[in-house]
Amino acid sequence: MAAPSRSPSSSTSSPTPPGSALETVRQAPHGRILLDALAAGVLAALLALPILGFRLIEVTGGLALDYRFRLVGLAALGVFAGRILVLEARLALAAWRPAAARPETRRTFLGAYASRQSFGWILALLALILPWLPFADRNLIDKATLLLIYVMLGWGLNVVVGLAGLLDLGYVAFYAVGAYSYALLSQNFGLSFWVCLPLAGLLAAVFGMLLGFPVLRLRGDYLAIVTLGFGEIVRVILLNWQDVTGGPNGVSGIQRPSFFGHPFTATTPTGTTFHDLFGLPFSPDHRIIFLYYLSLTLALATNLVTLRIRRLPIGRAWEALREDEIACRSLGIDPTRTKLSAFATGAMFAGFAGSFFATRQGFISPESFSFLESAIILAIVVLGGLGSQIGIVLSAILLVGLPEWFRDLQQYRMLAFGGAMVLIMLWRPRGLMASRDPTVRLAAVPTSPGTGG
Amino acid sequence: MYCSSRPALLTVDHLSMRFGGLFAVNDLGFTAYGSEITAIIGPNGAGKTTLFNCLTGFYKPSVGRIALTAPGAPRFLLERMDGYRIARDARVARTFQNIRLFPGMSVLENLLVGQHTPLMRASRYSLAGLLGLRGYRLQERRSLDTARYWLDRTGLTAQADQPAGSLPYGSQRRLEIARAMCTEPALLCLDEPAAGLNPRESLDLNQLILDIRQEQGIGILLIEHDMSVVMTISDHVIVLDHGSLIADDDPAGVRCDPAVIRAYLGTAEDEDLPTEVAADLNRTAAGGRS
Ligand SMILES: Nc1ncnc2c1ncn2[C@@H]1O[C@H](COP(=O)(O)OP(=O)(O)O)[C@@H](O)[C@H]1O
Ligand SMILES: [Mg+2]
Repeated sequence: MAAPSRSPSSSTSSPTPPGSALETVRQAPHGRILLDALAAGVLAALLALPILGFRLIEVTGGLALDYRFRLVGLAALGVFAGRILVLEARLALAAWRPAAARPETRRTFLGAYASRQSFGWILALLALILPWLPFADRNLIDKATLLLIYVMLGWGLNVVVGLAGLLDLGYVAFYAVGAYSYALLSQNFGLSFWVCLPLAGLLAAVFGMLLGFPVLRLRGDYLAIVTLGFGEIVRVILLNWQDVTGGPNGVSGIQRPSFFGHPFTATTPTGTTFHDLFGLPFSPDHRIIFLYYLSLTLALATNLVTLRIRRLPIGRAWEALREDEIACRSLGIDPTRTKLSAFATGAMFAGFAGSFFATRQGFISPESFSFLESAIILAIVVLGGLGSQIGIVLSAILLVGLPEWFRDLQQYRMLAFGGAMVLIMLWRPRGLMASRDPTVRLAAVPTSPGTGG
Repeated sequence: MYCSSRPALLTVDHLSMRFGGLFAVNDLGFTAYGSEITAIIGPNGAGKTTLFNCLTGFYKPSVGRIALTAPGAPRFLLERMDGYRIARDARVARTFQNIRLFPGMSVLENLLVGQHTPLMRASRYSLAGLLGLRGYRLQERRSLDTARYWLDRTGLTAQADQPAGSLPYGSQRRLEIARAMCTEPALLCLDEPAAGLNPRESLDLNQLILDIRQEQGIGILLIEHDMSVVMTISDHVIVLDHGSLIADDDPAGVRCDPAVIRAYLGTAEDEDLPTEVAADLNRTAAGGRS
């Protein structure tokens, strides 16, 4: 990722991708290790601040914010010290191991293109058979569904942050727009899930454009701050626009999903229920499993579309814009429109995820769309290694899955989240899967006759 | 005053660019012709890069008019257009004094981004692209062929799948030219393309520029410091000093122009280099060895 752009020394000599930990180690005696660890520590502090730094506590007469900056400091310090240890250990190990054995073993470990692809297929297969595995109970399937929502959100935000390089801290706003669109459309107009889903995506995309239009002229930090504000504005509107959104009470009794018109209930006043349709005994598990497969379908569709978009001219323009906006303009790319399209595309996927979230919960309120959610999704994308689809799945499992597991431990849940984050940063400070595959390879393109310019 | 039998391509009139009290370009007027190499020379800080920035829309000139009349296209007044529209509609392509590639993307991808306009048109708001329709696939094939052609011309085929940022300095320069050519420009502006190249690379580059003019028949504006290069490959030389035009002639005429000699002898060339040039030279020293 952070390839030292114009230095000719980083050219062809090393087979390891530039920027990888091993490269750092190899040409790096201790000063560089210190720098690397420092960078990791700062990043950890930034990510930990919103997640570990604040906690809501109940005091007499309401809620208050508890500041836990010491925890943030500890996390950053832990990453810093741990990173030094890990790198020094690797350095010692690399010196000790025979030289010839080094690069290849490293490359094949999830790093090489082919093995990463097969790893993706294995994950997909595992997801497909998950409900039928012997250890899969109701609880696990339900958690996996939630995980898939985050994966979907991560893939959507990745378009904006990973590809287009726009730091969006208010992504949860589009998630909220999607959820409320579904809730209100289905309650007020009685539209079904399959009608509401595209509408919710469309509405979120339109919102993305409306926000993007005035904001996208800003760069870097300014953009981050304005999007953060926008996310809060949307939440405050949801809280205060009582007549439409129900304010803090939210919207309840949202239409639950049905199997193409056959509800997952024990009985139904009209038509047939799902279990009657298939002649099964009634079980509440049916709905859970159906929801799981629905979320898997949506997530896989998101994956397919975002993977494909990356190979289209618009996807390449997003990445080019992230790399050098001035060069883009000199090639005839309209930066504003291109950024806007990235924003709208990301928002659309958040809209889909939001409307699925609403139908799964049956109840939504502004509380589900706080800044913390934005921070978690962003952490998933950043720690997954900006731009990598599988990296996002892995970091979602670590960041959302693990803490869900510890939900019984109540207040230690966020600690588990922080712990998972620290572990990832120690292991791979540039994200789980930081290397980038080209969208097209010359070797893979057939030559056609009549080549000309 | 330079005269040519070829049709005028770019006409600049009374162009001025002010930064505070400094006129980086001062009431400049000249004409560049199609199928010719027009060299722009002058001491450091003369305003050459600023002129390019005005031509390509990165600066809005304070005063003046820039008209482009490419064969088979309407006349464009560049001073009124946004930078990306100058590249897209008027077809002016440029390279940068300090190279601007997409370093994390592969060499081939850099060349495909250069063909964004036709690819984007064929992908029809990305719908045809997403569905993989025939029209899009054909355009993609065409664009890959164009990319392959320029890879071949610039000797980068073997590195096509490497990140652009990992190329040696000289190859990055050539890649930037190849990327500009992928936009099928009517006018190509090269800002010190030979800076930092070793003599061999520099010779190859001169040949490439001559070939581009010969084969594509486009106009080329070339900022160049090496006078021997200017004298051998350019048809027309424009000399700037402190933002003003001091000579506009063919190479032989410029060589013995008293004003030019004064401008060049009056300033010791290597003193007070602008920092960017100094940085360039340092990089060159590092890059030349590898
Ligand atoms: N964006 C800018 N703001 C202020 N001054 C500038 C800017 N760009 C260029 N200049 C000034 O304009 C003059 C001409 O610079 P430039 O066009 O880069 O010279 P050249 O390319 O001929 O070496 C210099 O004195 C430079 O400092
Ligand atoms: Mg210059």
